[in-house]
Amino acid sequence: MSSIPHDHAAGGHEHEHAHYPGGIMRWITTTNHKDIGTMYLWFSFTMFLVGGVMALTIRAELFQPGLQVVHPEFFNQLTSLHGLIMVFGAIMPAAVGFANWMIPMLIGAPDMAFARMNNWSFWLLPPAGIMLVGSLFVPGGAVSAGWTLYPPLTIQNGMGMDLAIFAIHIMGASSIMGSINIITTILNLRAPGMTLMKMPLFCWTWLITAYLLIAVMPVLAGAVTMLLTDRHFGTSFFNAAGGGDPVLFQHIFWFFGHPEVYIIIMPAFGIISEIIPVYSRKPLFGYASMVYAVAGIAILSFIVWAHHMFTVGMPTAGLLFYMYATMLIAVPTGVKVFNWLATMWRGAITFETPMLFALGFLFLFTLGGFTGLVLAIMPVDIQIHDTYYVVAHFHYVMVAGSLFAFFGGVYHWIPKWTGTMYSEKLGRIHFWLSLVFFNVAFFPQHFLGLAGMPRRIPDYATQFTDWNMVSSIGAFGFGISQFVFLWAVIKCIRGDGAKAPAKPWEGATTLEWTLPSPAPYHTFETPPVVK
Amino acid sequence: MTTRDAGPALRADNRSILARLVVVAAAMFAFGYALVPFYEKICQVTGLRDIDRPAEVRNTQVDASRNVRIELDANTRGLPWTFRPLVATIDVHPGALTQVDFEIVNPTDRPVTGQAIPSYLPRNASEYFRKLDCFCFSTQTLQAGERRRMPVVFVLDPELPADVPVVTLSYTFFEVEGGPSARAASGRDNGSAARGS
Ligand code: HEM
Ligand SMILES: [Cu+2]
Repeated sequence: MSSIPHDHAAGGHEHEHAHYPGGIMRWITTTNHKDIGTMYLWFSFTMFLVGGVMALTIRAELFQPGLQVVHPEFFNQLTSLHGLIMVFGAIMPAAVGFANWMIPMLIGAPDMAFARMNNWSFWLLPPAGIMLVGSLFVPGGAVSAGWTLYPPLTIQNGMGMDLAIFAIHIMGASSIMGSINIITTILNLRAPGMTLMKMPLFCWTWLITAYLLIAVMPVLAGAVTMLLTDRHFGTSFFNAAGGGDPVLFQHIFWFFGHPEVYIIIMPAFGIISEIIPVYSRKPLFGYASMVYAVAGIAILSFIVWAHHMFTVGMPTAGLLFYMYATMLIAVPTGVKVFNWLATMWRGAITFETPMLFALGFLFLFTLGGFTGLVLAIMPVDIQIHDTYYVVAHFHYVMVAGSLFAFFGGVYHWIPKWTGTMYSEKLGRIHFWLSLVFFNVAFFPQHFLGLAGMPRRIPDYATQFTDWNMVSSIGAFGFGISQFVFLWAVIKCIRGDGAKAPAKPWEGATTLEWTLPSPAPYHTFETPPVVK
Repeated sequence: MTTRDAGPALRADNRSILARLVVVAAAMFAFGYALVPFYEKICQVTGLRDIDRPAEVRNTQVDASRNVRIELDANTRGLPWTFRPLVATIDVHPGALTQVDFEIVNPTDRPVTGQAIPSYLPRNASEYFRKLDCFCFSTQTLQAGERRRMPVVFVLDPELPADVPVVTLSYTFFEVEGGPSARAASGRDNGSAARGS
């Protein structure tokens, strides 16, 4: 998503720094936050398409009952890899891509604090992605126990599982390095006058996300290392025969896993908090309470993990604790939703594509939050755990939540990135197609789940046929709609569209809009002064 | 004020944040491992996984009014023994002290150590199946060609719901690599896939 022009006449005095090797070497050696942000976003989009092809293969198999398209073993590999690739390959790198592009510009910094490490964090990702996808082709195939990697199955899987473990190690290292960079940048490189409580909210959500990542990625690394040594080096952490306990893995995994879902959503919260005030032409309502809400969510996210384990057996006191703690998280989340609504209240709203995605996010994420609350009711969850209801829940929060926010963010900032306005027509088409097909694909999964259809199974009882057909149609529609997005982005990069002014959005107030469009290769070498 | 020509003070400050965060990451990696003994402790304190210890028998009232059929099942996984119960089924009154016997044979010409893991059907019958003695409480090492008879002494808790007429007790022997010392040294409870905690 970049077309950094070679001549920087518009960049004023900053052009003398803009020399870099030509061709591929520019990208391999770059330490520029904008280049690295661009690479993160393209990597993410590529993985999104790869994971998407897997999802569509799954939906093709589930179009009808019976087995038509793939073998059940392969189906299991697809569901597992789809989850891993979308979480670690698509959503998380996209969020880091936004952080790289935007955080320095939002706080008036010249670049990330550790520019060389930034390059390493990115270049760790492609090998990890290749390992995950490549694991499909090794003897025994890829990991097939679901993205949650539960033993004993993952102790029995073939070498595809080892590749997945290494891929997770590498991606974890990448995330930790990226997080250290983001924290240091935010703490040390803010422009004079940019106090923490004046930072755009996107910086706040990423600051807290980065701390969460540093706290939980190592725990996941530990869990998969234990799986690895159980598999090959005779330890028995999870192996019942040697005195271990498979349930222990679930505890460690979800100690990582629940904070992880907030790692996925909080950068999206940040983007939405940037978009809504701009197109409502009002400052964000309740800035300070937004910051505290994010911090509250982050802290609470460490004490709710066992809501993923209501059915494995726990003392009643534990069940009740995790149930109420989970419901408590809805309070700060509700504060955020309320503040976004209050920001729009009596605003002079216009509905450009970023705002459309933000509104789509608001409705659908909230719906996903409500289904989360339903799942948090322990006696209910015991009925619908591991059904399609859960699948519907997390796709509402991750696709209509995070992904929609990222789409909105791309449309919002792409004039700054490329210097060209996106086509409003294509943006709208992309939004409406995504919105409609998303709901066609995922809304019926609530019904399927409530009726008892289990997740991760390639075949199903015939009474589930109709809604599965609807869901598959929606999924294919959603997948194909994403090419509209690709087209809209490519048009901007090729300069095919109106030239973007420095501040294309009337209501925009943050620092990046004081820079020319496209943003010069080096920005804020002399820090701006924030009043 | 760019990173490239950042002042040494800023650079030192950046590095100190880096160092502190790396320590946090390393500590969290260790924390993941620390969850293992922590979990064991919780299970021990709450009595969730005490399946390799004699159970307490609270209620010794024999309920002669009903019979529960106990089905016995024996399996091995990854170790070369033959393993069987001496009787396949037995009818007991809840509350009555009962002994059943199993037999293992090591037909190979080397000593082998194994650990038996119990599981129950229906799953929640495990709470009512109180074992006072069991070969599954410790590892078993069989010399080459050795044959061993092993008892299980149990009481079926009379609280067992009346709608459970049959309880299946199934054992699977797993090989313990490295012999008995490996387990003794770890001093850990037997986990059970059948009974999560
Ligand atoms: C109000 C907030 C939320 C509540 C109360 C909530 C509650 C829950 C509960 C109870 C489950 C377990 C369901 C089961 O397995 O039976 C669950 C699953 C899940 N949630 Fe949420 N959730 C919330 C928000 C989110 C957000 C923001 C995300 C991510 C962006 C998310 C992602 C997931 C995922 C990925 C799973 C399924 C994991 C799996 O088993 O594969 N949730 N949620
Ligand atoms: Cu959760």
